[in-house]
Amino acid sequence: MDQLAKISEYAHSNVLVTTDWLKQNLGSVIVVESNEDILLYDTGHIPGAVKLDWHTELNHPLRRDYLESAQFAELMNLKGIGREDTVVLYGDRSNWWATYAFWVFKLFGHENVLLLDGGRNKWIAEGGELTKDKPSTASRDYPVVDRHDNQIRAFRDEVLGHIGQPMVDVRSPEEYSGERLHMPDFPNEGATRGGHIPTAASIPWSKSIQQDETFRPLSELENLYFSDTGFDRDSDFIAYCRIGERSSHSWFVLKYLLGVKNVRNYDGSWTEWGNLVGAPIATGSEPGVVV
Amino acid sequence: MTQAADAIAADFLFLEGNDRLQLLLEFSEALPELDDRFSDHPELLERVEECQSPVFVSVEGTAANITLHFSAPRESPTTRGFASILFSALSAHSAAEILAISDDFPTRLGLDHIITPLRVRGMRGMLARIKRKTAELISQGG
Repeated sequence: MDQLAKISEYAHSNVLVTTDWLKQNLGSVIVVESNEDILLYDTGHIPGAVKLDWHTELNHPLRRDYLESAQFAELMNLKGIGREDTVVLYGDRSNWWATYAFWVFKLFGHENVLLLDGGRNKWIAEGGELTKDKPSTASRDYPVVDRHDNQIRAFRDEVLGHIGQPMVDVRSPEEYSGERLHMPDFPNEGATRGGHIPTAASIPWSKSIQQDETFRPLSELENLYFSDTGFDRDSDFIAYCRIGERSSHSWFVLKYLLGVKNVRNYDGSWTEWGNLVGAPIATGSEPGVVV
Repeated sequence: MTQAADAIAADFLFLEGNDRLQLLLEFSEALPELDDRFSDHPELLERVEECQSPVFVSVEGTAANITLHFSAPRESPTTRGFASILFSALSAHSAAEILAISDDFPTRLGLDHIITPLRVRGMRGMLARIKRKTAELISQGG
């Protein structure tokens, strides 16, 4: 299917742009690259793009949390982004980290955020121009705005109350079943229990992606998230993974491509749930029930 | 620790945040190209499963002089950087020197807070495989 026709079918088709569109609009938007490999930007990026480091720049330095309002404003000023600016996000690994940044922008209610369908790899595969030149940025007086956690972010008690309603575990099948319990040498990101939140369906995030790293057409996504799971598209959804990064990709798919009204990303995810005293879990390949 | 390993750790710790990343980028650019003979004999290389990117390592030579070879994709500069650090720190050293290097060497570079823990784990995986293959090589009388 033609990419434009494919995009036009999505519920919020206006948030996804093509590489051609970006080439024509480079002068009027702020392009932001957010990668899993944080050195990649420095090896070459889309002309004018600024780098956003998900690991060191979006998280609160002292709490397991996101930036506070003043810190976010400071970050935006450092990157030369104004509140009214249109931001186009892209990144490596099928926009995995770009959608994570997208979600954080939305926590702060930034209105105009777009995503480049296919991300960094599609741009490069099509011979798109890359540069090592870093743009000079100047503060655009980004205001200090409230962070709104209640719409798109889920906390553990809310997740507990949501068991039995549509919930998506986007990790690998081995992580879902509990076969892969923890990562050796990795106390910080391990968990004491392996498995998943009872009743959550297993839909690895990468299933939403095609060979060229663009999103799958609407009908295929509907099969994956609704037909295959039996979930009602009019219900509230929660997505989770290990630390909330892969699930922000699925959050994007559910909210903007499939048009689910209320979708929240549980960023505590398995590194919290799998360590939480008393939290129910299920093992094996079936969603399971609460015992 | 080899002198080279100590010197690399000291170079990293001398620098702050972004400059440390810049040094890692320079290492990634300096990783030697893989010898052509490996493309005909991929079985000589071992995959580092701990890394998210496809990284391969080979350990050759004698107890007195071990040579390392790495293959890591250009689109994974962080992984290439780690491979290049291990090449500089360990290749052309004796087996005893390689086996004596601390498993904690990756953490001594001071990158844990600027690179993600998953990445540092990948480098630990590379180091552990190099040490194991070195031990195997000399036990075979290499």
